[in-house]
Amino acid sequence: MARLTIPEQELMTSGHLGCPGCGATLVMRYALKALGPKMVLTVPACCWAVMSGAYPKTCVSVPFLDCAFEATGASISGLRAGLDAQGKKDVTVVGFAGDGGTADIGLQALSGALERGVDAIYIMYDNEAYMNTGIQRSGATPWGAWTTTTPVGKTGRMKREEKKDLMGIVLAHNIPYAATASIAFPEDFVKKLEAAKALHGPRFFHVLAPCPPGWKYPPEHTVRLGRMAVDSRVFPLYEVVRGRYRITRRAGRPTTVAEYLKVQGRFSHLDEAQVAEIQGRVDSRWERLEGLERSTAEVA
Amino acid sequence: MTIMRPLRADVPSSVERTGTWRTFRPVIHLEKCTKCNVCWKFCPDVAITFDGAGFPVVDYEHCKGCGICEVECAPGAITMEKEAG
Amino acid sequence: MTRTLLTGNHAQSLAVKLARAQVVAAYPITPQTTIVERLAEMVADGDLDCEFLEVESEHSALQACISASAVGARTYTATSSQGLLLMHELLHWASGLRVPIVMGVVNRAVAPPWTIYADHTDTVSQRDTGWIQYYAESNQEVLDTVLQAYRVAEDPRVRLPAMVGEDAFYLSHTFEPVETPTASDVDAFLPGLDLPYALDPDHPARLGSFMPPDAYMEHRKNVADGMDAAAAVIDEVEREFRERFGRDHGGALSLFACDDADAVLLTSGTAASTARSVVRQMRAEGHRVGLAKLRVFRPWPVARLRHLAARVPRIAVLDRSFTFGFGGALFQEVRNALYSPRGGPLLRGFVGGLGGRDLTPAVIRSVFEDVLKNDDPEVAWVGLKEVR
Repeated sequence: MARLTIPEQELMTSGHLGCPGCGATLVMRYALKALGPKMVLTVPACCWAVMSGAYPKTCVSVPFLDCAFEATGASISGLRAGLDAQGKKDVTVVGFAGDGGTADIGLQALSGALERGVDAIYIMYDNEAYMNTGIQRSGATPWGAWTTTTPVGKTGRMKREEKKDLMGIVLAHNIPYAATASIAFPEDFVKKLEAAKALHGPRFFHVLAPCPPGWKYPPEHTVRLGRMAVDSRVFPLYEVVRGRYRITRRAGRPTTVAEYLKVQGRFSHLDEAQVAEIQGRVDSRWERLEGLERSTAEVA
Repeated sequence: MTIMRPLRADVPSSVERTGTWRTFRPVIHLEKCTKCNVCWKFCPDVAITFDGAGFPVVDYEHCKGCGICEVECAPGAITMEKEAG
Repeated sequence: MTRTLLTGNHAQSLAVKLARAQVVAAYPITPQTTIVERLAEMVADGDLDCEFLEVESEHSALQACISASAVGARTYTATSSQGLLLMHELLHWASGLRVPIVMGVVNRAVAPPWTIYADHTDTVSQRDTGWIQYYAESNQEVLDTVLQAYRVAEDPRVRLPAMVGEDAFYLSHTFEPVETPTASDVDAFLPGLDLPYALDPDHPARLGSFMPPDAYMEHRKNVADGMDAAAAVIDEVEREFRERFGRDHGGALSLFACDDADAVLLTSGTAASTARSVVRQMRAEGHRVGLAKLRVFRPWPVARLRHLAARVPRIAVLDRSFTFGFGGALFQEVRNALYSPRGGPLLRGFVGGLGGRDLTPAVIRSVFEDVLKNDDPEVAWVGLKEVR
């Protein structure tokens, strides 16, 4: 048997209610492997609040505290304080929330927690819309996507706002660690989680989690899409350690944005000019990222 | 007076037999399998484990038939086959 | 035992220190601010060993307390008015998760328009959230009640959060002499928090869950049973407090001069102090009047109220809060508890003292005179200027 490239221990059970091919379940599966079992998870309203199924079931082998939708940032702050007050400083606190609960309704609480320097890991699994409630747009929905609240209709409405730069927002709080990850590259994700676990203070992960019903593709392509998102540079993999940017994957054979979008029904209405527009923005964001990598190379 | 019961949930979700969701099931053709572990790695349902010889084994009680393992298997050792009935 | 001059707010802070709260998370709002500022000073001086979170909103303050409680820490927060309203959904979370948080609420009227002055609309408007609710009449009562609230909230038969209300400015910023117990006496009264279902990596579980219709009602009944059980526990704890510290505050419904009264005024907060001196004055003039101070609004003291109502022909209820519906919240609860097809005392509801409008001895006296003489209207406002 080939050597396993990620930890073997499972801290998640099967029998959860995730859709077939759910990217978000892979985010949790890998996060638990890297961070558990001595941890407490807190999860707001999102797909993961429903994943375990009804009371009294749970599909993770670590403590799991449900919290209010807006409040994951406050919940991790409270967990850390409560554990520290009892001398349990070796228990890792992990906030695990969707893009809606982080970029939109949860942004204030996240900002507060980061500014206070909370000693916790926050993982945002990004399926790019409010998926749990049926595919409504969020601040993390990319430009051009169909969602139920940005339907295309006869006017070509679609989502006309750019995806929020969550990494930029969290890094504005001067936190010691932030990284992007994709479920198609679990080794990269696990390595980053292990690096984060060895640090203190606020550590943030933005993890792309493709969603079959929300992105409108057959479930078997979840990992493939997670790979294409990275290799088309739509979702670059990088980490920022104490202000120093490092791109962690440069594809040998880059994919085009067009190839990436073509697999997903939520982009099927885009014409060539619109796809080219997206390609152009992806290219300039990549250049900017490379510039940040160069300019922060000397940062200690 | 009722004894206070909190909202504590600790029954593993594995009691839920999500295998009934399937319309296609993965079949692993061991003669092609190189034991690379990729199918295990990418299964969102933790429905692939290993046997004593290191070959992957599908837990059909829980596998939802998403087909990721078929797509990701480099040697093409997995095929998705329609469930009978 | 030492006697110190303390404001109501500093009585809260001292009680929190004596209770050895382990996590304090609070956001400033007038007139609660000096509670938290004093706690911050205690922490900075090394006099209070707690994790102190300067959170960025009241909503986050309560979530932080809920999460800290969920892992077994004793917690405290404080707020007023808009801050309490902002916490609303989390008030439900706290009682539903059975976390025994204690919260000080400096009772302040709600906006609009902006006001910083006393009334009880803030806590009254949260009466459905499953929190035990106390109202204090003096700074001594504030200190003692916070300590008692921890015992009650953490009792295995209850395990519900509790709020302790004190009137804005009348108590929060007014100095009164307060007997302060020693740390060791309080330690003997209030041991450390024991929460058997606290989240622990050694025994993983989920706290919260998703519940379909076949189980939700039973959970809700379970929480309701905790609130029902609280009534007896509140009395027990106050009895024990009296044994240990030599004083109490009269239980959930504290009676003064009610035995042979022709009319009793039921009210809560500092208006009760004014009412007590009006009762003394009117008794001296030969009027048979009494005061029923409502100290605990949740759980509602049904038995005590029915016992009072059996002996008294007229009850005036003075609500220092406003709620839509037929009469104020206290009035509604009194009527509800006393409804009987066989009749009962005459009940009249009065709304007054809103937004810091003073409930002077003259105003309170006018309520007594009105209820002694007149049978209606059922609901009236007192101290209201003519509205053009």
